[in-house]
Amino acid sequence: MSRATDLNIDHVAKLARIELSAEEKTRYARQLGDVLQHIEQLAKVDVAGIEPSSHAFALANVWGEDVARPGLATKDVLRNAPAHSENRVAVPKIVD
Amino acid sequence: MSSELFFSTISELRARLDSRDLSAVELMGVMIARTKAVEPRVGAFNSFDERDALAQAAASDARRATGATLGALEGIPVGLKDVIAVTGQPLTASSKMLANFISPYDATVTTRLKGAGAVLWGRLNCDEFAMGSSTENSAFHPTGNPWDVTRVPGGSSGGSSAALAAGEAIATLGSDTGGSIRQPAALCGVVGLKPTYGLVSRYGLIAYASSLDQIGPFTRTVEDAAIVLGVIAGHDELDSTSWKAAIPDYRAELQRKQGPWTLGIPKEYFAEGLDPEIGAAVAAAIAFYESQGCRIKEISLPHTQYCLDTYYIIATAEASSNLARYDGVRYGHRSQQAKDVVDLYFKSRSEGFGAEVKRRIILGTYVLSSGYYDAFYLRAQKVRTLIRQDFTNAFQEVDALITPTSPIPAFKMGAKSDPLAMYLCDIYTIGVNLAGLPAISVPCGFTQGNLPMGLQLIGPPLQEANLLAIAQAYERAYPWSQRHPLL
Repeated sequence: MSRATDLNIDHVAKLARIELSAEEKTRYARQLGDVLQHIEQLAKVDVAGIEPSSHAFALANVWGEDVARPGLATKDVLRNAPAHSENRVAVPKIVD
Repeated sequence: MSSELFFSTISELRARLDSRDLSAVELMGVMIARTKAVEPRVGAFNSFDERDALAQAAASDARRATGATLGALEGIPVGLKDVIAVTGQPLTASSKMLANFISPYDATVTTRLKGAGAVLWGRLNCDEFAMGSSTENSAFHPTGNPWDVTRVPGGSSGGSSAALAAGEAIATLGSDTGGSIRQPAALCGVVGLKPTYGLVSRYGLIAYASSLDQIGPFTRTVEDAAIVLGVIAGHDELDSTSWKAAIPDYRAELQRKQGPWTLGIPKEYFAEGLDPEIGAAVAAAIAFYESQGCRIKEISLPHTQYCLDTYYIIATAEASSNLARYDGVRYGHRSQQAKDVVDLYFKSRSEGFGAEVKRRIILGTYVLSSGYYDAFYLRAQKVRTLIRQDFTNAFQEVDALITPTSPIPAFKMGAKSDPLAMYLCDIYTIGVNLAGLPAISVPCGFTQGNLPMGLQLIGPPLQEANLLAIAQAYERAYPWSQRHPLL
């Protein structure tokens, strides 16, 4: 198990696409450091031979009928779009 | 006469509505007046639409007038936590990220409530994206506990519990990922139920941690909880984690199930950190059950001390994935300051999310990141198996577990500024979510300072009917919810 001080907040914030001020970085690193130190005690648990649970009850292969169903109307979707034109969500230029 | 109405139960009001003693429009009028009177002090709502609510009430009266078969919640004002989608109404998750978002669709629970004739009343405040235990993380405003508005109502569903306790709704819905229905229920002196994972559809619930989230009711009585559960529970094709179990008539089952039962006391839930008044109240409740012929067994849930850590790895990991959708592109806050598309993601997310949300996303990203996944996330998933096994073992010997809900009564706003201190509020509720079990908090008394205390009952999966019966047995002898806050 890694140590709480391993948290490279610059790197992780970048992965999460979150920009932090210098003050936030220091504050969150400290607060998360405390949490991580608490979490470290999980290293003590004997998990040899234990299967991981992705959730409480075994649910496997829940299928839906392959039938087309009406979706949301375009105008309803675009109502929440930050910008739209001609039935499309308008976004900043990506490719030059 | 008004105070009888806004503190009434679903059962009482259905009787009066059915006998035409009262109309849904009159009832909704009373709720609106009450809400306006107390909201300046309580602040349970993010928004409400009186015209829409009165129109729904009028439609309910019209249905009643035709003599058609009426739904279980016909004419009853029900408030929804602002993470549950209702077409045409705001869906903000109490976040700047969604401050202007209007839902284009109904959650499945919304469809079911409408089908049962409920009058949907308002958007209830919560901790931002359901992350918190005090509702102080709401990006908009905190909510006051109706028993002392300088104190928190609990969280994350603090608006839902406060609105009910203050008489601003007859029932409310919240969501529970680590205790976010049960803990606010305990702090506000109302009943709060978290169903078995998968019993109630998550379609239309803003996702926080998908393997833990469940929607559930806040009500004044256990019978009311049975009524609401009967409306919202059931398999949903739109939620692939939804159970295909047959849904019992919970209310009818309450009359049938009598006890006595065998109740387990997990010793790890009565250790240090538990407020002595709450400990005494729970002990008194245990003594009551014993006096009714129940067998009381001390049991152990040996991995209890690891529940909090396991939760804060799994929940934050899932949250980091679920909240990746908020990128400023198709909906939600889009920054006006971005210089290119990647900058758009960084700035929109940083401007849109509050501190606790950012912390949890960062923690979740870290525990999933390359080099750390095995040590944190995979390990936590294994400990989760062990935690679940602890409960399964316990239920071989007992019908239900009895514990305090919250280790402390409602604390002053601002008292828990340290995140870790706040996380410790959830120690008795969190294991339940990891194991996917049903659990209910019922009021079990008041502190010397007149603050509510809550008792938690935990049951085996899909045994809500039994759990409700056990809870009601206590409630019949100790109807604490008949006491109301002075507002």
